Amino acid sequence: MRQGIKIGLIGGIIEVLLALVGMVEAFSQRYIISDVISMGQTLLLVVAMFTGYLAAKRTNRSEPLWVLANSLISGLIIGGLLSLLVILGSMVRLRAVFINASPDLFKLLTFNQGIGTGILLLLIFGTLSSSLSGLLFLSPSLLRGVLIRSLAGVAMAGLLQDLLRAIFAPWGPIAEINQWFFPINGLTVQGAVSLFILIAAISYFWRKSGSKMKTSLRRLPPTNQRVLRITSSFLLAVILLALPQILGLFLSEVLTIVGLFVLLGLGLNIVVGFAGLLDLGYVAFFAIGAYTVAVLTSPELGFLNLSFWGALPFAIVAGVVSGILLGIPVLKMRGDYLAIATLGFGEIIRILVLSDFLRPWLGGAQGIAKIPRPSIGSVEFATPQQIYYLILAGCLLAGFISWRLRDSRLGRAWMAVREDEDVAQAMGINLVAAKLLAFATGAGFSALSGAIFASKLGSVYPHSFSVMISINILCLIIVGGMGSIPGVIVGAIALVGLPELLREFAEYRLLVYGAALVAMMILRPEGLWPEAKRRQELHREEAPEIESASGAASGK
Amino acid sequence: MPMLEVENIHTYYGQIHVLKEVSLSVEKGEIVTLIGANGAGKSTLLRTISGLLRPRLGSIRFDSEDLIRYLAHEIVVKGIVQVPEGRRVFGQLTVMENLEMGAFGCKDPKLIRTNLERVFTLFPRLKARSKQVAGTLSGGEQQMLAMGRALMANPRLLLMDEPSMGLAPVLVDSIFETIQRLNTDGTTILLVEQNARMALQIANHGYVLQSGSVVLSDTAENLRANEMVRKAYLGEM
Ligand SMILES: Nc1ncnc2c1ncn2[C@@H]1O[C@H](COP(=O)(O)OP(=O)(O)OP(=O)(O)O)[C@@H](O)[C@H]1O
Ligand SMILES: [Mg+2]
Repeated sequence: MRQGIKIGLIGGIIEVLLALVGMVEAFSQRYIISDVISMGQTLLLVVAMFTGYLAAKRTNRSEPLWVLANSLISGLIIGGLLSLLVILGSMVRLRAVFINASPDLFKLLTFNQGIGTGILLLLIFGTLSSSLSGLLFLSPSLLRGVLIRSLAGVAMAGLLQDLLRAIFAPWGPIAEINQWFFPINGLTVQGAVSLFILIAAISYFWRKSGSKMKTSLRRLPPTNQRVLRITSSFLLAVILLALPQILGLFLSEVLTIVGLFVLLGLGLNIVVGFAGLLDLGYVAFFAIGAYTVAVLTSPELGFLNLSFWGALPFAIVAGVVSGILLGIPVLKMRGDYLAIATLGFGEIIRILVLSDFLRPWLGGAQGIAKIPRPSIGSVEFATPQQIYYLILAGCLLAGFISWRLRDSRLGRAWMAVREDEDVAQAMGINLVAAKLLAFATGAGFSALSGAIFASKLGSVYPHSFSVMISINILCLIIVGGMGSIPGVIVGAIALVGLPELLREFAEYRLLVYGAALVAMMILRPEGLWPEAKRRQELHREEAPEIESASGAASGK
Repeated sequence: MPMLEVENIHTYYGQIHVLKEVSLSVEKGEIVTLIGANGAGKSTLLRTISGLLRPRLGSIRFDSEDLIRYLAHEIVVKGIVQVPEGRRVFGQLTVMENLEMGAFGCKDPKLIRTNLERVFTLFPRLKARSKQVAGTLSGGEQQMLAMGRALMANPRLLLMDEPSMGLAPVLVDSIFETIQRLNTDGTTILLVEQNARMALQIANHGYVLQSGSVVLSDTAENLRANEMVRKAYLGEM
């Protein structure tokens, strides 16, 4: 009972907040299911259902009536709080304080039915959605899993309709699917229902016999397994290569942005994830890479007029060297002190490129324009669809280096430094070298990303290198899973790609980041795709264990 | 010629003068113990020897070679390895990974293999738990792991900082037995202990440290008989 009230209050306050910051209204233009439910309403619904589920979860499962009562109460409270907001809005001009408390918002909240009926509907919907999730909680786990997955699937399909539509559009007969599912804005009703059934069927089948399939796959003879692995990597390669053609211009642009952040994330992952050095000035190396390319190639300044490929090595070297230069003064610093010192470094670089006194060399506030595009022979990387391949190559290279480093002697040293600096040193690890190499490698990746960024845009401006970039990269690493290489990709897609796709999110980007981080820390602190730490160690016999000990320690 | 010779060292933490003109020597094959009250500077002395701290004055020689110009990780390669106070195992890594970390400075796979076998014969419990995450080991097992990890570095001189801290009496006995066994196998040991009674039983020599200075040094036997030691450190009347 108490739990229900408490959780209901929290959920209700969150919903009121979502309404007041304008998210509900901003998202009401986009429909998840055409003319039935908008994204704004889905947002409220999801929060209400989640609240109801939490309230149910906090109750003793053996007393189903209490479970239901608790989730019902939490929903009632949510509905009540929203109603209070509506009543308050009708009496006071809330708009003086909350800019987003517009008449449109209240119309939305009352379902366009006037205050009386609207409030009744709010209460009904609140209780209904949360007690539904209470029921969901009580249902057997197979059913629960299937239902949750299908609901989430339909919501995702509605959310990502632009993406899906673009994927299906150019494929002749498949384009018919678009007509069936997403004619204009949001899923059709029949589309949503059939999608729900489809996902439910698949996930039911997977729940029933997925594990059986996995074990039988594992039991395949090694040659077959190898064939399977080769085919799947081949397939992945084909998809990666064909991606820009499939996705079209706008989505390829999004893809290149995600790719640049993957590259940045892989670098910071070495510094923060592997070596445990909290670096908040990481954007500085991105800026250094971008500006090195700009200064060396742009005819506007006319120093050297190198080509992109001529400038690229200089950019990377500049990044690596400045990584070491930053590393030396902060060698003795740990944790929060390190974070603050590096934060300062990032700002220094930004202010330097902005400064008037360096304007003749770095362009000052106007930045540097006319940076030539990279080209191989006569092929120029001009459109996002072409730049994509350059970024893909960069990401593959950086991913490969990260992966090799992680399992190397140096990777072990980083791991020890992350765990306990003093003991690492007492185990014979050269602390200075380990830290500087981490800073240098990370900075190198960042500079590479910056170099591509500069030639992609054709110009650089100081304001592209604010501290927010560092924070973004750090967030995507945390959300993906500290120290995990695939985690960086997942994190970049979730935190950079999704907000680009959902333009309405742009304004609430930081809010979403904050919420995502808090939710991650509570629900899944290890990240979306954590590092598979004790990989084969669980399946190893004792003799090769000794083998591995000597192998790893004697290393390359 | 003593294996380790510490001469008149002064160590500071910033402005705080902790070690004041400390001298100490350890002969090859000995167990030497260092006893003293909390805050006397015992850990500081070990950290100075292993290179984690640098003395402002004085000299430290190991096999007649000046140690002060070396960094901590180079000193490990020379054969001085520390088992830090409070165990400090790498909590997120497995037992096996911890041991591998101990062998970081060692380049000879054969030697690493023999060392690993040695550790597992000394501490069979570690073998059974080699895939467990070290942070979830019991206090006693963590102490074994910390010792095992140090042994993986193939030490000639082992610096141990309060290995019996927080352990049940039975385990304390077995830890001390292990220390003796390591010593008979040829490892020289400098042992810091609060449990002065047991330390003085297995040691050849002892030093008493009081607010950063050595106030007494003698054979363990004589120290056991010493009036002041009996009152202050052995708790006798
Ligand atoms: N990092 C530090 N900064 C400042 N002072 C320190 C630091 N570490 C230790 N000290 C001080 O140095 C003195 C000696 O500390 P040390 O750890 O060597 O004592 P100890 O003899 O090992 O004590 P214990 O038996 O409690 O472990 C203490 O007064 C302590 O407060
Ligand atoms: Mg101590």
